Order: sequence, then C-alpha cells, then structure tokens
Amino acid sequence: MTGAGEAPAARIARLNTAYAHAIDDDRLEDWPGFFTDDGLYRIVTRENREAGLPLAIVHCDGAAMMRDRVRAMRTANIFEPHTYCHTLGAAEIAEGEDGIHTARTNFTVVRTMHSGAMSIFACGRYLDRIVEADGALRFAERIVVCDSRTVDTLLVVPL
Amino acid sequence: MSTARPWPDDDVSRVPYRVYTDPDIHAREQERIFRGPTWNFLCLEAEIPNPGDYRTSVIGDAPIVVVRGRDGGIAALVNRCAHKGALVCYKPRGNVSEFTCVYHNWTYDLDGRLTGVAFRRGVRGEGGMEEGFEPGAHGLRRLRTRTRNGLVFATFSDEAPDLETYIGRDMLSALDRVFVKPVRVLGYHSQVLPNNWKLYAENTKDSYHATLLHVFHNTFGIVRFTMGGGIRLSENGWHHLSFTERSADGSEREGAEAVRSLKEQYALEDPSLMEHRLELGDRITNSIQTIFPTLVVQQILNALAVRQLVPRGPGECELRWTVLGFEDDDESLEALRLKVNNLVGPAGYVSMEDGCIGGFIDTATRSAPEERSFMRMGGTAIEPAGASRVTEAAVRGFWRAWRDCMAL
Ligand code: FES
Ligand SMILES: [Fe+2]
Repeated sequence: MTGAGEAPAARIARLNTAYAHAIDDDRLEDWPGFFTDDGLYRIVTRENREAGLPLAIVHCDGAAMMRDRVRAMRTANIFEPHTYCHTLGAAEIAEGEDGIHTARTNFTVVRTMHSGAMSIFACGRYLDRIVEADGALRFAERIVVCDSRTVDTLLVVPL
Repeated sequence: MSTARPWPDDDVSRVPYRVYTDPDIHAREQERIFRGPTWNFLCLEAEIPNPGDYRTSVIGDAPIVVVRGRDGGIAALVNRCAHKGALVCYKPRGNVSEFTCVYHNWTYDLDGRLTGVAFRRGVRGEGGMEEGFEPGAHGLRRLRTRTRNGLVFATFSDEAPDLETYIGRDMLSALDRVFVKPVRVLGYHSQVLPNNWKLYAENTKDSYHATLLHVFHNTFGIVRFTMGGGIRLSENGWHHLSFTERSADGSEREGAEAVRSLKEQYALEDPSLMEHRLELGDRITNSIQTIFPTLVVQQILNALAVRQLVPRGPGECELRWTVLGFEDDDESLEALRLKVNNLVGPAGYVSMEDGCIGGFIDTATRSAPEERSFMRMGGTAIEPAGASRVTEAAVRGFWRAWRDCMAL
C-alpha cells in the first residue's frame, strides 16, 4: 500500500476496502497478509462481549493460525459453496500512542448460496488496532463483533 | 398422520424419512417426549449463583424459567402467566425478588406462587376479580427439578424415574469424570440448523462419521487409528458415551508434536491449539456423551462444553453451546481453552460439518417420506463397542428411546 503523507482516514478506508474485497473475491490466501505476524483476529458475539465472556467463534492468535484456517478450509472442511458481499460503513478513527490507530467500522455481510438463496449472514462492527509495518497499514488486532447471537448453519469464510 | 403407521415395523436401524418432516409427529414429540417421561437439561447452576438469579430456557417448544430461590434451591417454572399466557420473563436472564408479568402486573414469588393480582379489589368499589378467586390455584407451573454435577434438569412428568435412575450408573460416572470441580462459563455459541432436531441428535451419536466427514482429523493427522477408546450405552440404550484415549504405553507423542500428518505440507503451521493438558485424571482426548433427548456433554482436548438442542418446528433446530472452563483455571489454561475452541462451535475445524450435514439430508429426503435409511453398521444390535467405534449402535439406541416414548 502506498500513501505515506496521505491522511490516516483515507489510508484506513483503503485498508478496509482491500480487506473486504479480498474476502469477497475469494482471495483468502491474501487475508492473513492484512495482519501483523502476531496479529489477533477474533469473531465474537455481542452477547458474549457485553457479558464480559471471553469465548470466540474464531480465535486466531497470529497470522500462522490464520493461514491454518485458510488451509483447512481449502483442503479439509466441507460446506455448501457460498460467497460473501461486505458492505462497510465509514471508519471512526482515533489515534493512540506510538502511531497505533484504533478504528471502529460497521459492516454487513450478505451471503449468497449456490442455490441463489441470499441472506444477511452477519452484521456488526470491526474493532481494530492498526499499525504501520513495512510502509503499509496492518491490523495488529481485528475483533469482529457480530450483533446476532446465532450463526446460520456454520461459519467458515472469515468475516 | 397421513398413513396409519408411519413406522411399519420394529426395526430401529431403518428410519422412515417421514419422521423428520411430519408436523403431526413433531406435535406428538412435544407431548410424548418433551412433556413426557424425559429429563431435560436446562442450564448450569453456575449461571444462576445468587438468590433471585434467573435464566430462561426451553423444554421442546415450552418456555421455561430457571430461578435460584432464597434458600439456594433451584426451581424450573413454565414461563407462562396464569392470567392470559404472556411470557413472564421476556429477558434471557436477570435477578429479581419476585416475578411480575408486564401485561397486567400479576406477581409471583420465586417458587411460582401467585402473590398479587393488580386491581384485585377493583377501583373505588368497581370492577375487580370475581368473588371466590383462589390465588393458590393460579401459580406458574412448577416442574420436577433436579441438579446433578452442576447441571439443571427438569421434567414435566410425574412418571419419569428420578434423575439418577434415568441417566443410569455408567452415564453418571461419565458425568462425574468431566465435572470434577466447579465450572465457569467462558461463553455461548448458537447455531440455527436447517433440519429436524433428530438429525443432529443422531449425528452426535454417530461415531462412524467422525473421521470420514470431518476430514480435518486425517488431513492434519489428529486422530490416529492406534488410539484406544470405545462406546458405552446406558442399559436401555437411550444415552451414550463415545471416547478416544491415548495409548497408555506412551507410544504416541503428546501435544503439538502429535499433530503431524503423513503429508508434511498439511501439518498445522501453528499447532498450539492442539496442546492438551491432561486434567481429568485419565488419557482421554475426546469424549462425547449424550443424555436423551437433547443434551450433549463434550470434552475435546481442553475444550469443555454442554450443548442443548432446541427443536424449532419440524424443519429447523437451534444448537446452544455453553462453553466451560473450571473456576480455578489460571490465565494460561484459559488462553489454551480459547484456542482449542477453534476445533468446535459454529466455525469449529471438526464440528462445522455437523452444522450442514443435517440440511443435506433434509434436502434429499423431503421428497421421499416413505423411504428409509439403512443403519446396519454393527448389525441391528444396541450394544457397547470397542476402539474402532465403526458402529451405528448408539444411533439405534436413540431411535429405541424415541420409539419407547412415541409409541408409534
Ligand atoms: S397476562 Fe400476565 S398479567 Fe395478564
Ligand atoms: Fe461430527
């Protein structure tokens, strides 16, 4: 990603867009690259989070675990083929110490099955800690908070 | 029912597909299974530790509220106001000194006794409840309630045997094995599955599919055929336990090192989630226990959970996971549990397929209500099995239980 000198908000918007499009276009092998090597990715429900309960639906502690997720999905796991379409809100950004930005971005994911059935699969917010690494912005942490306490059938593609 | 006998013979190895879709059968299950002589799991005691703490749950279609009384005892009440049938507790959990129905403010104590009727004496001498009204006859229905190993169960039935007899000695000792000390809830998962509840119930008893459907096991070299284990059944075949254990001679390496497949490229890059700290006094790595009709108790490495299966009409069900640790877990053990939980839940490496497989069956069998499955791995017997677990005995046990209740 280019953009030294560009305003942080514009860079974070481009990061969010690139992340969502990589997933929507099934370039999942690129997905771990949006994180720092020791980045944290968690999908949690709003119910658990608000109750202070630590359980996650997906818990990847480091990019290696994210690559394992993608490899398992590609080689082992069985599910009905489907695609996602992310729609993102504007990021609300705060600059913290040491150039770390925190951001909150709302999202909606529509899931389309091979049958043509479409549904709102997930809706919620990304809570991010974003850092500069090798001239690009990366997620040191992305917590995906889903508004619904339920998952329809299963979750395999990252949100 | 559209035919006189939906199940024309005694053969529980061949299930007529009609039983998954017929609305009359669904209604009969409510009456004969869920409101019949079964003990149904509701929640954990740990979720309602203090007097007045309540949590809502369900038995089949019936809404239930489970509450901790002032004396520390637990009551399961049908969550339905005696006045006009509104939900009394419409929030999933809370703490109350009494229950108040929001519709017309009837109040009940924590045992479900009616304690107040708004405007019972009318207003300025006008209106009010009829003469001779007896509050004692209008409480919330209180169910037989019993706890075991911190799990709360209830039954609508006076005929059900006591809970311990219902579960049976062997299955009780399997519960004792997991619940060795007080638990802590780490969180909840919920999945809505596009299929009849019985398809998931069968799946949890189907040890035959484990290494076949869940390819992750083999691809990443996690289940080894050298492992020991077996299947145990309650005497009547209703409940089951399926488990895998490491060989005691230490011939298998433990923890991260064991996660090595035949193909090196399919080793996990980060195998830390497969670390297993033995904590239950044995070498069992996986144990899945079912209590008919809808409870599953799971230990997969250090991932502990109870699952409650909730029917939602004939064509849908909800699977509610309560994921557990122990109260005395230190930080590093809790961190391990959060990691190993990647294996289970809606996105679990070895459980996500269980979320979709029932839907595959539902889609393919809807058009064939008169056709039947063929579950004869291990013949037609309902009996325990050894390490291979290549048997459908426990699934047949499920259908034995179902037919005992349904009398169809
Ligand atoms: S329905 Fe509960 S008070 Fe009227
Ligand atoms: Fe399974």
